[in-house]
Amino acid sequence: MKKNRTLESAIASIPSGAVIMVGGFGNPGTPFSLINELLRQGQTNLTLIKNDANEASHGVSRLIENGQVRKLITTHIGLNKNVIDRFNQGEIEVAFHPQGILAEKIRTAGAGSFGFLTDIGIHSEITRPDDLLDWQGKTYKVEMALRADFALIHAAQADWLGNLVYQGSAINFSPLMAMAADHVIVETPDLGAPGRFSPEQVHTPGAFVDSVVQLESLTSDYGILEHHVRR
Amino acid sequence: MSDVERILRRAVLEITPGSIVNLGIGLPTKVMHYLPDDFDVQIHSENGILGAWKQAEPESMDPFLIDASGAYVSLREGASLFDSAVSFAMIRRARVDLTMIGAFEVDAHGNLANWKIPGRFSPGIGGAMELAQKTKRIVVLTTHTDKHGRPKILETCRLPLTAKACVSRIISELAVIDVTNRGLVVREKLADISDADLQAKTEAALIFAIESGEEQHGE
Repeated sequence: MKKNRTLESAIASIPSGAVIMVGGFGNPGTPFSLINELLRQGQTNLTLIKNDANEASHGVSRLIENGQVRKLITTHIGLNKNVIDRFNQGEIEVAFHPQGILAEKIRTAGAGSFGFLTDIGIHSEITRPDDLLDWQGKTYKVEMALRADFALIHAAQADWLGNLVYQGSAINFSPLMAMAADHVIVETPDLGAPGRFSPEQVHTPGAFVDSVVQLESLTSDYGILEHHVRR
Repeated sequence: MSDVERILRRAVLEITPGSIVNLGIGLPTKVMHYLPDDFDVQIHSENGILGAWKQAEPESMDPFLIDASGAYVSLREGASLFDSAVSFAMIRRARVDLTMIGAFEVDAHGNLANWKIPGRFSPGIGGAMELAQKTKRIVVLTTHTDKHGRPKILETCRLPLTAKACVSRIISELAVIDVTNRGLVVREKLADISDADLQAKTEAALIFAIESGEEQHGE
């Protein structure tokens, strides 16, 4: 079955109040076109789960600046002054997790399990007494799995069945999120017929993917950020 | 030489050939530019790269290949790319030999605070808690004082901690300082400064042992 959808119809399936995972670490892997369509359609009261908040006026930062986001579950927003200001002013709720713990919470949900035990952050203020479990003489922190209603994913290449291939450092959270959301929407500039990938090359098997949106081209959002170029 | 350059040039000497090294956002990611091109090291970037290397020429720069600070990197021969769960499995399983990391505060017990200044600036945890807790050796790169001239090397951290007793060494523009069971030991001075002046810029008590071979924290 072809999973091809238009950009507008794929994003229209997201209601206000949805919990949405968004792939990407900085620019690479951020599905800018899906995000910009969400901005255009204007769903509100969203909970976003993303490694970072992109940079000011880019990607998910635009949704936050437009007041569409109630809560951000993330690891680091240090490169985005706009979002830090909104957080300091209490305009958005931000929950911080250690980066690998966020990844593992998502991976765990994607694997159909409910939680795991760790010692990361066990002596820091991110751990409450309720989070601790004494088991066979040792103390652990219980981390619960983290799922979502939707995942928005950028793939370098895809086929109609939803098989995905990522590139460069754009892998990051994408294969994990693609397994942990009930409805997975993928954008790609390079969509083709099944058979184009050697089977062992596929990063995310199509079973996890619901909708694939073909992008006509990659906009300037996906390009080099000049302020990160060392001269 | 600027203060930053002095820190970075000294930081390079911390890297053992053949090791796997993570460079944190801020000063540490800049250490890479001071490494010789043929140096035997694998740079781990927590966004999913083992074998990251210096920025490519502008025409071959890849917008889909950055390090954790957003800088456009290239890949060395033998590099690998992977997802964030694998990247942090590498960290939590202590496969990273050395992490260089920035600090808001670091103290005489090797405690590190670098993720939250309540109400003012909360960049977030990023990879810092896992790197600080699980890397074999943590070297903090920091200016000796903050922009208001206040000490960053304290008797006890006041900000929320990233991790307890994790720091082995501190490199500032003024000195190389080891965290030991006896306290902070100054190993090298990187500027022309008297013991008294260096102590005055440091809240924690300093032990001056520039020639000796003290045992290090955790060893």
